[in-house]
Amino acid sequence: MKGRPIGLIVVLTATAVIIGGVLAVVYRLAEPKIEANRLLEEKRAIFAVLPEAKDYEVIEKTVAGDKGMEKVRIFKGFNEDGGVVGYAFIARGPGFQGIIKMMVGLHPDYLRLHGMQVLDQVETPGLGNKIVEDEFLDQFRGLEILPQIEYLKNKKPEKPNQIRAITGATISSKAVARIINSEAKRVVSILKASE
Amino acid sequence: MAVSKSVLEEFTKGLWSENPVIKALLGLCPTLAVTNSALNGLSMGLATTFVLISSSTIVSIIKRVVPAQVRIPTFIVIIAGFVTVADIFLKAQFPPISKSLGPYVPLIVVNCLILGRSEIFASKHSVGMSIIDALGMGVGFSGTLVVLGSIREILGSGSLFNFKFLAESLFTPWVVMVLPAGAFLTLGFLIGMINFISSRKGSKGRAQP
Repeated sequence: MKGRPIGLIVVLTATAVIIGGVLAVVYRLAEPKIEANRLLEEKRAIFAVLPEAKDYEVIEKTVAGDKGMEKVRIFKGFNEDGGVVGYAFIARGPGFQGIIKMMVGLHPDYLRLHGMQVLDQVETPGLGNKIVEDEFLDQFRGLEILPQIEYLKNKKPEKPNQIRAITGATISSKAVARIINSEAKRVVSILKASE
Repeated sequence: MAVSKSVLEEFTKGLWSENPVIKALLGLCPTLAVTNSALNGLSMGLATTFVLISSSTIVSIIKRVVPAQVRIPTFIVIIAGFVTVADIFLKAQFPPISKSLGPYVPLIVVNCLILGRSEIFASKHSVGMSIIDALGMGVGFSGTLVVLGSIREILGSGSLFNFKFLAESLFTPWVVMVLPAGAFLTLGFLIGMINFISSRKGSKGRAQP
């Protein structure tokens, strides 16, 4: 069908407006659900890294980071009696192929970790993505973060601040240690400053 | 009788003789990228089928209103709309699937299979036929992705639909199969095998009187 210029404009505009309208409605209907999913995932990760926690509150602090002011969210976990059982925070940084995002649980003494969960990663399947497996994650239970987390290749850790790197995925293991080290330092300094 | 036969033909051509991946080599980006497991292949196939059927229907309905000069942008806007709906739906209802498919859901927009069917078929045929055609193509596409994903998951992870049936002690997974290289290898062998079968079938058919 041949069209005059005005016809072309009318058809394109009408299509765009109708599709835009449909999308607006769909998005409005789905948005609360998407937000709820995100919160649920966050909550699950927090309780996984702070096993004793029954409830948590969010502390938001704005601090100077590498790229100007950054917002840092720290989740303070409580047990049934309202005692602080630890702090959870999100640590993210570059891995082997993309960003690794983790939820880390910090002991209230600021010296040890309660545990760690990987939220997002795109490491090599079969090698780097073993960082999401329990065998690797269990090493972070009670791991000391001072002076810093160290990784060993093909050797059993001897000191309480060491983890064993995954065979064939040293870079991913190293990235995890590096990301947690830098973010833990920042979180500890924020928490100490606000005491 | 003639009508019912042609309906069946329009449907089945997408499954075998004009299979979008194996025969037409359309939509190879998602085919290669997400078929590292059977479940990912199936989800991508279903999402694509949804977009394919919806956009073919709309394109077929409005084919007389859309001037030829702007048909491609109009089709693309319609396709992009349905893709976004599928993306939002997956995010809301199936967050793990949405996460594992990542950016490949929005990228369905540029899957030439969908624009191809709109342009070649839906804009020239009735609504009913367009839906049948889209359904056949979608099922063919999904089926191929599931086959590819299953082969790669079995060989690369020793599991199928996340169900581990090969113990690591008995079988060392071929890690390469879940990496991009595995996609090319599997697709190449699959296409080669199917062409071989087709050519045998074809020559036999000609030999018969």
